[in-house]
Amino acid sequence: MFVCTRYKWIKMGTKVNLISGRTTVQGRNLDSKLSEEYFDEVARCDLNKADLEKLGVAADESVKVNTSYGEVIVKAKEDGGTPEGIAFMPMGPWANAVVSGDTHGAGMPVYKGIDAEIEKTGEKVLHVKELMQTYMG
Amino acid sequence: MAEVLIKNGVVYDPLNGVKGEKKDICIRDGKVVESVTNPKVIDAEGRVVMPGGVDIHSHIAGGKVNSGRLFRPEDGRKGLEAKTKVCRMQSGYSVPNTFAIGYRYAKMGYTFVMEAAMPPLAARHTHEELVDIPILDNAALPLLDNNWMTMEYVNGGDMDLLAAYVAWIMKATKGFGVKIVNPGGTEMWGWGKNCSLNDTVPTFDVTPAEIIKGLAEANEKLEMPHSIHVHTNMLGHPGNFEITKETYDLVKGVNTVKDRQVMHTTHTQFHSYGGTNWGDFESKADAIAGYINQNDHATIDIGSVILGDTTTMTADGPMEYSLYQITGRKWTNHDVELETGSGITPFLYSGKSPVNTIQWAIGMELALLVEDPWKIALTTDHPNAGPFIGYPILISMLMSKKRREESSADMHKVIYDKALLPSIDREYDLNEIAIITRGMTAKALGLHEHGKGHLGVGADGDVAIYDMSPEETDAGKIQKAFLNTKYTIKDGQIVVKDGEVVATPDGKTYFVTPECDDKLTDEMMVKLKDKFDHYYTVTLNNYPVQDAYVPNPYEIKTQMRG
Amino acid sequence: MVEVTDVVCSLCGCVCDDIVVEVEDNKVTKVKRGACSVGKSKLMGHNRIKSPAIRVNGELKDCSYDEAIKKAAEILAASRRPLLYGWSSTVCEADKVGVELAEELGAVIDNTASVCHGPSVLAIQDVGLPSCTLGEVKNRADVIIYWGANPAEAHANHMKRYSYVSKGFWTEEGKKAKKLVVVDVRATKTSKMADVFLQIEQGKDYLVFSALRAILYGHADVVPDEVGGVSKKDLLETAEMMKGAKFGATFFGMGVTHTGARQNNIVNAIQMTRAAHTHTKFTITPMRGHYNVAGINQVCTWETGFPFAVDLTRGYAWYNPGELSATDLLIRQECDAALIIASDPGAHFPGESIKHLAKIPVIQIDPFPNPTTEFADVVFPAAVSGVEAEGNVYRMDNIPIRLRKLIDSEYPEDEAILKRILDEVRAIKEKEGN
Ligand SMILES: [Zn+2]
Repeated sequence: MFVCTRYKWIKMGTKVNLISGRTTVQGRNLDSKLSEEYFDEVARCDLNKADLEKLGVAADESVKVNTSYGEVIVKAKEDGGTPEGIAFMPMGPWANAVVSGDTHGAGMPVYKGIDAEIEKTGEKVLHVKELMQTYMG
Repeated sequence: MAEVLIKNGVVYDPLNGVKGEKKDICIRDGKVVESVTNPKVIDAEGRVVMPGGVDIHSHIAGGKVNSGRLFRPEDGRKGLEAKTKVCRMQSGYSVPNTFAIGYRYAKMGYTFVMEAAMPPLAARHTHEELVDIPILDNAALPLLDNNWMTMEYVNGGDMDLLAAYVAWIMKATKGFGVKIVNPGGTEMWGWGKNCSLNDTVPTFDVTPAEIIKGLAEANEKLEMPHSIHVHTNMLGHPGNFEITKETYDLVKGVNTVKDRQVMHTTHTQFHSYGGTNWGDFESKADAIAGYINQNDHATIDIGSVILGDTTTMTADGPMEYSLYQITGRKWTNHDVELETGSGITPFLYSGKSPVNTIQWAIGMELALLVEDPWKIALTTDHPNAGPFIGYPILISMLMSKKRREESSADMHKVIYDKALLPSIDREYDLNEIAIITRGMTAKALGLHEHGKGHLGVGADGDVAIYDMSPEETDAGKIQKAFLNTKYTIKDGQIVVKDGEVVATPDGKTYFVTPECDDKLTDEMMVKLKDKFDHYYTVTLNNYPVQDAYVPNPYEIKTQMRG
Repeated sequence: MVEVTDVVCSLCGCVCDDIVVEVEDNKVTKVKRGACSVGKSKLMGHNRIKSPAIRVNGELKDCSYDEAIKKAAEILAASRRPLLYGWSSTVCEADKVGVELAEELGAVIDNTASVCHGPSVLAIQDVGLPSCTLGEVKNRADVIIYWGANPAEAHANHMKRYSYVSKGFWTEEGKKAKKLVVVDVRATKTSKMADVFLQIEQGKDYLVFSALRAILYGHADVVPDEVGGVSKKDLLETAEMMKGAKFGATFFGMGVTHTGARQNNIVNAIQMTRAAHTHTKFTITPMRGHYNVAGINQVCTWETGFPFAVDLTRGYAWYNPGELSATDLLIRQECDAALIIASDPGAHFPGESIKHLAKIPVIQIDPFPNPTTEFADVVFPAAVSGVEAEGNVYRMDNIPIRLRKLIDSEYPEDEAILKRILDEVRAIKEKEGN
């Protein structure tokens, strides 16, 4: 659906359509984004049971989400409401590490509908301060 | 002590019977005085001098004005002007930004503008924008006619309680007077419907006619400075002139202790239509003017058309929907719980269109056929029939039959058989222009008692000096003079010089606080509280406009008649 | 202990104003009624930025407000292409000063609408918006549609106060006499309450709007058996439900504004509403996120003529969202300084744009430390609007409500900080002789 010329496709894994959005706990911590509750809620990726099994990942294990725009490590979570082939990440720094800033002339980045690949990883999920550090320099 | 002396001006001050006399104007500390001792002298050099203009009806601030701006960036781009040392940035033509509104009105010699429609629930918004409009004194009329409280009291015949509610609304919204817009029709628009003057509004079981009469009585009980201000039912429908006349008749018997009309009907051009459809559409300005000539209880403003593209906006939701269906252009609608509604759609008045041509003629016909200028005001219902910046065009038209003939020749030929304009010889003189742009409007609003619209001792030091001699007959020069003053003086301060804004003081906001019997108010509050407890989505305590939003208040107190 | 009533929530676009709290020793000690869990959390407070600070050698060092004001003004006055961004979680009084500062600097001023309902604004500029206040929905609506919105999580009081669950004049039976339609990619807390849940394929909103439009205009014959993962049967049923409404209300969220077709989705949503309006009364309203994102759009519009993405370089307003939104400016690495207020691009912008923000001098005004603080070079702690400061805000339906001040703050209000920066910028410009 979406063509990007500025970046190269990086790695192979399970292909999903990534969307980001609000949650209650994310909203409750809008003013406390450095809190543990925010970290636990937002640094995650919801997947359908079938997709989790395909990845061989259990809930709360780390996955790497790869897109043309970046990669990020988050915890996987099972969510029955998310259909197969869709990955949902609460809006916030982790999801935004892999979404696109191309506004297609509308001023709006692409926060939903991003081709992503997900793979199991042993790497650690970065805390928000560590994640922001990756943008420096 | 700041003093100003304007000498050698030819003064038109109709409220004081001054019709083009060479006369000095003295101002001290912002007010007109008998004499001054050490003034700054402005030599008018024989130019035309008038009190600051008073606009009785214009949409300059609030939710629908801003929705008009927001959804028409193409209009915003028309009036772009960079900030200067004195002025802030400007944008827009039919929907100018707040700064442009103040500067452009001031350049035309206006110092007071009435915002004609304020939804009470969104009154804070109207005031936030009024605060941001430089120079102009201002006020706003809260919409009261499609209001559930009003309809329930009218239904029950409780006129004293209705008056108590009107008083509460004036205080809560920092409002100036009672506005009525398509009574009943906007409530019915809540269900996608509309109604006419004698139809019954379901649930509330009242007719628009009863609402108008009830509010007129309540208004006079409160001895409000202004009469009810009415946009009658069936705006813009062919054949609506009968309803307009019938509306005038409704309040014929209503008494007032004030020296003014008991009903002002607005943008009458839109309500003076004959025919049964757009095919046989014709002017009935003669019928309306005839009624006004024979009766003294009603005044009108003309709502005259300015050719070109504009943005129409009104609390008359169903009317805007009809207009959008005709044009197919974009359409915004915003119904307001328990109170009112609004609609907005762009519109092009074209001289090639037979309908627009007749509309264009009607506004001027009304001005020319109403014999007594004290019954008529100059408006374009900005921006509905055209932007206020078109006033100088209208003034030049009214003053010059030659100009009207030239312009008519460029219009659709229907003007010669469906309109009356070509057959009218009358030409306004400057005294009459001064009446319909300041004297009459100040008096109809009751603001002449508060220093507006005249230059008698004690009046506000608001003066317009137009760069023309009183003998000028060239329509083009007249138009130019009325677009950019030589001087506009506001409260004794020069705000425009040689057509440029040179100072931008803050304007005052006029509002009325009617007092009535506590017991009556208490009884009314029981009903009102119930509305807030069950139907409004804002609490009673968060509803009233706080003083912070009226930083330069001018309060007019009234007392309810027992 | 004092009980304060009619407290106005400064979190989401619902702007609930019937909250009751207890205040003791200049602290909000309890939220008694009215707020959802998110609003309650806001009112009870969080960790604060403690002191103004300036970044020196990579570390934020505490300083006085005077020093921070001076530094901020120097950064802005020296900038050739400043970006002033945010404005949605503060009051209109502050936003007005923001526009004035942008005008003085010749800056680009943009607000968070550009990452939430900016596409909705573009759509409204194309076709208009037939809408109403939330009380109209409460009192009249019997068919409610949430499309790409999950109010049960994001606007927790919306259904209770204004729509499906609320009781009003013609809706006194509440949800029993109403129908709820939810359209979403995922099953959500909201979709679980729905009478009809249309689970559509991601990115297919435009197609589904088109199909419903066609049906409502009497052209069901052109609709294929399945559209965007929804069966024609379900679409026909939904259209019938819409036609049968006495008063229908559509609410749409970022599920529609964030996906591929962006503003085209919203144009189609509005056209669908117009189509429904040919049968019955139908309205449509965007679910605005921040409590005053509608307000900055209002202020920016009445002062500049345009609602967001406004460039004041020329001295007058130049509006072109696809060129001048904060994201566009950052992706092009065009701005050379930024003032961020009442928003958190560090958390809510794509990483690509944050990279540029991290490179340029950034001034932050906010009560709370957040990801943006991590790269901010000058930081101003501010009073919390709606708790420690009052001022006007606009609800998602553009109804103005004045936030209340509940307790005193040791920090200045946004408006006061901005005014001081503006004064200092003017002083610098005067000294430089322009
Ligand atoms: Zn009007």
